[in-house]
Amino acid sequence: MSRLLQRLFGRLPIGWLQLTHNRTRFAAALAGVAFANVLVFVQLGIMNSMGAATLRPYQFFQADVMISAGDANSLTDGGNVARQWLLQAMADPDVADGMGFFIANVPWDRGDKDISLTTFGVDPAKPGFLAPEIAGDLSLLQVQDAAILDRLARGLGKEEAAAIRPQSPLSFETEGRTVTAYATFAGGGGFGGDGYMLVSDQTFLSLFPARASAAPDHILLTLRPGAQVEAAIARLKTLISDTSLRIRSYEQAAEDDLRYQQTRRPTGIIFGFGVLIGVLVGLVIVYQVLSTDVADHLREYATFKAMGYGPRFFLGVVFEEALVLGVMGFVPGLIVGTAILTVMGRITTLPLAMTPSMAVTVFLGTVVFSALSGAIATRRLAAADPADLF
Amino acid sequence: MDSDSIVEARGLNHWFGSGDVRKQALFDVNLNLKRGSFTVLMGPSGSGKTTVLTLIGCLRAVQDGSVRLLDHELNGASEAELVALRRRLGFIFQAHNLHESLTAAQNVMMGVQVHGGVPDRLAVEAATHALGLVGLADRTTYLPANLSGGQKQRVAVARALVASPALVLADEPTAALDKDSAAEVVDLLKRMGEARGTTTLLVTHDNRILDRADRILTLEDGRIVKVEERE
Repeated sequence: MSRLLQRLFGRLPIGWLQLTHNRTRFAAALAGVAFANVLVFVQLGIMNSMGAATLRPYQFFQADVMISAGDANSLTDGGNVARQWLLQAMADPDVADGMGFFIANVPWDRGDKDISLTTFGVDPAKPGFLAPEIAGDLSLLQVQDAAILDRLARGLGKEEAAAIRPQSPLSFETEGRTVTAYATFAGGGGFGGDGYMLVSDQTFLSLFPARASAAPDHILLTLRPGAQVEAAIARLKTLISDTSLRIRSYEQAAEDDLRYQQTRRPTGIIFGFGVLIGVLVGLVIVYQVLSTDVADHLREYATFKAMGYGPRFFLGVVFEEALVLGVMGFVPGLIVGTAILTVMGRITTLPLAMTPSMAVTVFLGTVVFSALSGAIATRRLAAADPADLF
Repeated sequence: MDSDSIVEARGLNHWFGSGDVRKQALFDVNLNLKRGSFTVLMGPSGSGKTTVLTLIGCLRAVQDGSVRLLDHELNGASEAELVALRRRLGFIFQAHNLHESLTAAQNVMMGVQVHGGVPDRLAVEAATHALGLVGLADRTTYLPANLSGGQKQRVAVARALVASPALVLADEPTAALDKDSAAEVVDLLKRMGEARGTTTLLVTHDNRILDRADRILTLEDGRIVKVEERE
């Protein structure tokens, strides 16, 4: 390490030698940097998982265009859409097919605890609107009160979920009815529910008698092959006279939802602040270590000044120290951060994981903010006056 | 200016503080250090010895009068010029001021690397050689904490002399040393001065050193009151 730095700076690695001279203090400083890294990793991990969890239900469906109510900021938010607009949209020559679907959460009493399933009511005769994994089992929903259950739902045992087949279904009571799951799909717990469930629109309306078949939550459209999505949307906006509706491409709807969750919802903002606080803690720790170190070596620095070393040399030493702290503190931070995210992901079934882009971002951030701390700490160098040495 | 002069001070006045507490520390000081000479500056504490040393050493700005050091006028010189001139000097302080995290050899290397662009191998060789001259060839990898007081001061001497400075400024280098170590350090300075033509200006109270001086200047209340030439 010493050799490497010597080569890098073309001089004795004073910063490195200075930092490692007091092993205990060096270890404490690295632990501090690692701690700040862990803090940022956990907050970023949760923020990313929130994004992944938001986008997850969009992956259950396939469509080109989605029509939602004007206040529907996410799948579950806002009002519903009149079914008549689906019929109107079908008039467009480029629209191939359409389907309205319903969403609501249903409770499931699991004995020791209640879990909540985000339930979609879909048309069992339209497998083209569902992801291939689900589409194959869709016809099972034609039976009244049949369901396809999320095998990754929180609180559902692995063996229990694996046993669910058409010949060995799992029945449970919810909303005063007995629902029977004949098949499963991979959903995963999110922030709005513990898992997902698919039923037919008829079953959905039986579970929620207050909902009307003429008013689904969203309408999905597929276009004919080769059709221009943006052009079709523009035509649909003139075709459909209710201008309060949001008519967007399916990808756009998912993106809007994600942005809404990250910037408008308190959870997104809270974890954003968590990242900021982690960064500030790291900044303060590195500054504290560096400025103490400068203060401890004022006499030596004054001597070097007397010998003819200029300001660039001293800046270099402090930056060298910042670099050493940032790089060496990052490694344990990455290891502990990965471990914590893995354990948290296992407990919550949220898609929590260390991603390479997260690691790279945090590493670069650590180096940049360490250097920034170093730059602030160099202000104390002015106190090293060689005239005081005599 | 005499071409053989390393330092020539003319009409040097210096003040500390400002306003009502402004106090004059030096009054019309004139001095001339010849190349290769060994000059001792004596005087009671507070007489201005250290002020003279810091002015010549480019560590303080000259306020009034003239100091020519190595053919450069220090009065009005820029900070960058002063830093560049300091690299041609060797400083020895009352305390050794070694860097505790660096070995003896690394401390001495700092005196080489200040000149920049010196390959590592040469810097190590120069440092090892300098430590050999001060009798510490077997202590190159020791940290200051593992050296005695005399040994540390000898490392500091090696650091000051390793780059063959034109002028060595020493401020009571023997104050913290026992009799034997003090004599050793002064002999070393004297010997290396003779061998390399280095000029030395040494501030001291120590009578043991006076025998070795070519010239003794006595400062009292900011004025040079006595100049004693020796053979």
